[in-house]
Amino acid sequence: MNKIWEFIDKKPNSISVLSSIAAVIFGLIFGFILMLIVSPGTAASGFATILFGPFSDLRNIGFLLHYAAPIILTGLSVAFAFKTGLFNIGASGQLTVGAFFGLYVGVNWDFLGPVHWIVALLAAAVGGAIWGGITGLLKAYRNVNEVVSSIMLNYVSLYLVNLLILNFIYAGRSEAMRPVASARIPSGFMDTIFAGSPANIGIFIALLIAAILHIVLNYTTFGFELKSVGESRTAAKYAGIKEKRSIVFSFLIAGAIAGIAGGLMYLVGDRSFRINEQIIEQGFTGIAIALLGLSSPIGVILAGLFYGSIMRGGDAAQRFVREEIVEIIIAVIIYFSALSLFAKQFIGNIVTQKMKEKPKEPSKEGESR
Amino acid sequence: MSALISDLSFILSYAVPVMIALMLVSLGGLFSESSGVINIALDGIMIMGGFIGALLVLYVGDALDMPTQLRVVMALVGGAVAGMLFSAAHAFASIHMNANQIISATALNLFAPALAVFTARTVGGTERINISDTYRLNIPLLDDIPVLGPLLFERAYLSTFVGIAVLVIVTFIFYKTRLGLRLRSTGENPQASESLGIDVYRMRYFGVMASGFLGGLGGAAYLISFDNRFNGDFLGLGFLGLAIMISGQWKPIRIFIFAFLFALMRVIANLHDSIGVLGNIGLSSEFYRLLPYAFTLIILAFFSKESQAPASLGEPYDQEKR
Repeated sequence: MNKIWEFIDKKPNSISVLSSIAAVIFGLIFGFILMLIVSPGTAASGFATILFGPFSDLRNIGFLLHYAAPIILTGLSVAFAFKTGLFNIGASGQLTVGAFFGLYVGVNWDFLGPVHWIVALLAAAVGGAIWGGITGLLKAYRNVNEVVSSIMLNYVSLYLVNLLILNFIYAGRSEAMRPVASARIPSGFMDTIFAGSPANIGIFIALLIAAILHIVLNYTTFGFELKSVGESRTAAKYAGIKEKRSIVFSFLIAGAIAGIAGGLMYLVGDRSFRINEQIIEQGFTGIAIALLGLSSPIGVILAGLFYGSIMRGGDAAQRFVREEIVEIIIAVIIYFSALSLFAKQFIGNIVTQKMKEKPKEPSKEGESR
Repeated sequence: MSALISDLSFILSYAVPVMIALMLVSLGGLFSESSGVINIALDGIMIMGGFIGALLVLYVGDALDMPTQLRVVMALVGGAVAGMLFSAAHAFASIHMNANQIISATALNLFAPALAVFTARTVGGTERINISDTYRLNIPLLDDIPVLGPLLFERAYLSTFVGIAVLVIVTFIFYKTRLGLRLRSTGENPQASESLGIDVYRMRYFGVMASGFLGGLGGAAYLISFDNRFNGDFLGLGFLGLAIMISGQWKPIRIFIFAFLFALMRVIANLHDSIGVLGNIGLSSEFYRLLPYAFTLIILAFFSKESQAPASLGEPYDQEKR
């Protein structure tokens, strides 16, 4: 047991990793219990399908990757904002606006030829950045809490984009709901490896952006400035950092990433934008992914892949259990990761105590000799 | 002219119940935020209230063959209690576990609709819970009063009167009782309140769970008056309640006014095609739905400096920080 305490003392980050894993386990246990209550007979096989079904063949893995890509991006969007001390609950809105920008280019600008999809994806990033930028401007210059403004902006974007899609994309040509072939994210070699799945190079775009964010945050002055503002706005200000500008930049970037997620979701051939009365949920799941991934790019990628896998598992388990079980599990996981701060303090306290006790041990041994 | 009046009373017959539901949720938010805890879980709490209300009306109501208005009472009470119990999870996380209040609330917001749809599909086969839509009632004598009579007492909902009573009680508690003063002082400065002998933890539990109670009540009220085909979702009405609370600057009477205005927008969004004048203007539903949120943003942008929000909002209480 002491070895564990020593290990944790040397690597404080391991507590966070443990509490993330614990949150996932609690979520899964909760889901399993619920399944046992609903249908005791099929609970075990249904649960096994959720966990392992996605890995049964390459086609399922293709689906997993396809689901994971936008989630990793919204997770990165939230995580990036966290790193700079901001809470981006508005990823859904940024994603929605990004989706509109991407679709607009994807439906209309077919003269672009081979670079069409790249321009469409960049347009999605611009759309998301604009929407995130509003939150940033309000926070920096009008002192409006970013959570509150993001909630309002999520709903404004929902209805505004519905309006825009109806007027500029669906108008008079219901066939044009999906982007033209040249604007779709290319499948690359993915459709040969993961035959039968909609997988495309989206997952690589997500990985690339994770890598870029990692470099920007850890190896550039710009990233350092953004993080300093997150640590302490006043301290950064006195260190000569333009803290207001930094906040706006953070939200521009977080918004752009969420916008790209919107691009990945809708610049495809198999899904069209639905005029909906509900906010796109991927933005909220991004919060869960960022939390579970401890706001680090690698953690977010892993958490995103986990999410993709239980999403696909939920699909596969539909003959045993209703697919909403997956959403319930995710919600419980988020709840327990919210509690993880306490868990960290709790474990941290134990470790410091154990470490205080430890120096006595050698002397005891000395006495016995 | 008579066409205008009939249009108006048509709109109001829907706007009043929606206003009541929104106001209840918003007053719930007021309780929680006054104690210093942000409660963006109101949307989930409202869904939970509506969901339990729907289950009670349908299954318990049918099993016991209850009369209509008794079912309404059962739905309202059950929804409120369910909301209160559900909000305890948020209270526990944010008060005792120092959790990030936004995150634990987000968990509740995702949990409630998922559980509602999951249960509805498991129990009834579809995600929709249909309840009857015959809960309106006429109050004898009072409905003969000119103008007000037909508006408030003819084909009215029980929840409307409950809502008005709640508004009066909440305003009274808020400004005229020791409890209200203590609640507000906890939200403004918990450390100072503690030094005066107020139990901050208890006040915050009270604030959050009272908000759960009112949120659940609002959900059940909306269900029986406006949404008798419960889909596991109220289309973000809980967040609209939050917008009302902010626009009303955390003051009960202003909340009442904004609840009315925003409910009007919501109803017009659904009905504008069947209303002569508005149909001719030709604005789409989406525009009317968008308006309340855009308005709240503008309020936030231009009046954030004079904001009446409780000072310690969103900060976990730390006794050692003085």
